[in-house]
Amino acid sequence: MFAIFLTSGLFLGWSLGANDAANVFGTAVGTRMISFKKAAILSGIFVILGAVISGAGAAKTLGELGAVNAIAGAFVVALAAAGTVYWLTVLGYPVSTTQAIVGAIVGWDLFSGALIDYVSLQSIILSWIISPILAAIFSALFYKLIAHGIKSAQIHMFRLDTLIRTGLIIAGIAGAYSLGANNISNVVGIFVPISPFADISFMGWFKLNAAQQLFLLGGIAIAVGTFTYGKRVMLTVGAGITEMSPVAAFVAVLANAVVLFLFASEGLRAFLLGHGLPAFPLVPVSSSQAIVGSVIGIGLIKGGRGIRWRMLGEIAGAWVATPVVAILISFVSLFILQNVFQQKTYIPVEYKLTAEAEQRIVTAGIPMDLLEDLRGKTHSTAVQFRKAVSQRMTLNPKQMNVLLSATEIDPVALTFQAVNRINNPSITADQKIAILGLVGKAFTHRWQLETALAEKSPEWRPVAGDKEQNDKIALDLDYIYRLIRSTQ
Amino acid sequence: MTESILKKKMGIEKEIDDFLNQISEAGLMSKNGMDAYLKKNMEAFAQALTSIRNTEHRGDDLRRSIEQDLYKKTLIPESRGDVMTLLEDMDALLDRFTGLIWQFEIERPDICAEFHDDFKELLLNSVEAVEAMVRSCRAFFKDINSVADHIHKVVFYEKESDKVTTRLQRAIFGREDLRLSHKMHLRFFAKQVDRIADEAEDVSDRLNIYVIKRTL
Repeated sequence: MFAIFLTSGLFLGWSLGANDAANVFGTAVGTRMISFKKAAILSGIFVILGAVISGAGAAKTLGELGAVNAIAGAFVVALAAAGTVYWLTVLGYPVSTTQAIVGAIVGWDLFSGALIDYVSLQSIILSWIISPILAAIFSALFYKLIAHGIKSAQIHMFRLDTLIRTGLIIAGIAGAYSLGANNISNVVGIFVPISPFADISFMGWFKLNAAQQLFLLGGIAIAVGTFTYGKRVMLTVGAGITEMSPVAAFVAVLANAVVLFLFASEGLRAFLLGHGLPAFPLVPVSSSQAIVGSVIGIGLIKGGRGIRWRMLGEIAGAWVATPVVAILISFVSLFILQNVFQQKTYIPVEYKLTAEAEQRIVTAGIPMDLLEDLRGKTHSTAVQFRKAVSQRMTLNPKQMNVLLSATEIDPVALTFQAVNRINNPSITADQKIAILGLVGKAFTHRWQLETALAEKSPEWRPVAGDKEQNDKIALDLDYIYRLIRSTQ
Repeated sequence: MTESILKKKMGIEKEIDDFLNQISEAGLMSKNGMDAYLKKNMEAFAQALTSIRNTEHRGDDLRRSIEQDLYKKTLIPESRGDVMTLLEDMDALLDRFTGLIWQFEIERPDICAEFHDDFKELLLNSVEAVEAMVRSCRAFFKDINSVADHIHKVVFYEKESDKVTTRLQRAIFGREDLRLSHKMHLRFFAKQVDRIADEAEDVSDRLNIYVIKRTL
């Protein structure tokens, strides 16, 4: 069963490789500075390295798909996203795989009655506008600066050719590495807790743990995607929107990387704020959209006559189609899988105002007097519960989140069987001892387990202001939860 | 063996410089050859012919090697076609110089003493036009902004060459004592020399377009 579920993840990886490699090598291949074969080989190697070496350390190990609570559901969501990206790749349009995944999850939310993440949807729409505009501004600026620099430096045509080629290769492999590191979680992250793989040691030189073996498989899927189907989208980016010179090709990838780094890097923001410096605002920037913007920026600075607006219109249409089609495919497929194949595509999440939950809500400063008649009542979906609360009182989104997480019924019982299966280097010995101390206990709400663990060990205790530590705890908890679910 | 190793080590930039040197040298050698021919110093003329033939061979070898490098290493993809055409055009100019001296050797035209200065001036203008073209080429590779500074000189020398050709032809056909066949033979040589400057100007026109295409 694991192998069947994994195929959809690998299909998603393949689609990602076929589409997103264009973000890093598209302009280089489009301007014939690097042959497609060379670009595909380099991209493949560095995507795999990024996935295996840095994939495990990525902030969102489980990726967007982590929101889906049943493995069969995750299978369909990944399949819907992959199918959408595949379709648009066949047509040759650069689209965002993440947006396809978020769209497919919205389809799952609609089907399962879970709350739709409107923040994600809003950020998708914003990224359609913000990414190209920011990237276009940066690329136009860089193009002017670099063109001026080249004119003043009087570099020999062949030396310039070597410099640009080297620049494109370095930018390409760095981009491929981060493509692997950042996206592998979406490809196979969801399967990590149910992986049957054991650690493999290579002559004692290095060891691949179960997660890394999955990441390797996902990385290979991405690499194969680039190799077998990546050329078309690369040519759209590198030659379809406007004719580009090699200098322009380099400027486009440079602007893309800089925009992603400045406006999407939480690390950079934390560093700047930590040193008392003004930070760039974090905005939803997507690499697929930014690279198109970079190319447009150069086209515009050269007068705009060479831009094929019709192609741009088609690309914009493909961007809008990505989440919409993913929602539709996901919803219909889930319906078929659930009703025809009798598979459990989601675990129904109920909401109940228990005494413990009430205590937690009051502690958070939310008055309970208007909700008294909801005490002890069970609501079968988040949507229903939210509706019931909204009829009685008005809460801001933050308060609503507190209420929802406090009342969410997620019964867990820690068993030896589950604890024995912990095979994640991130879980420390101290954390494991804390878990062992809770074996045999059952919890109604998820937060109860979290509180109990925090009481047992400081390594399970969130620290105010320590984002790194808190993110690690959140990931570790997610892992433990999935492990418990897979053994229940 | 040693030569081939050295050749392999020579970078494409150096090869192009060397190739352009051959064209420049071919111009000077053709001048020497014609001077020797007009002075009836046939030994010096034969030497000039040998030198210019060697230069032509070397130029051909270099051009082939550069073109192979351009394709094998897929260098300058956006300008490869233009650079190839440019090199072939420049090679054609080299061939013109060699062809001219060969024709002197084969046809042995009887150039009257009164036309000597005009023939020398005519060839000098063509050599200068090609020289300016060589400088334009070097600038195209190294400092594209200064190409225009050299191209206008090509045009200047081509016009000068036209003036001398017209004057020379008038003088030739104004001579009553010469046979028509003789006059036509001399006209043919005057035209051969003039054509070198004409071709240099045609190449410069194409180079102008390549420059626009590469302008950032």
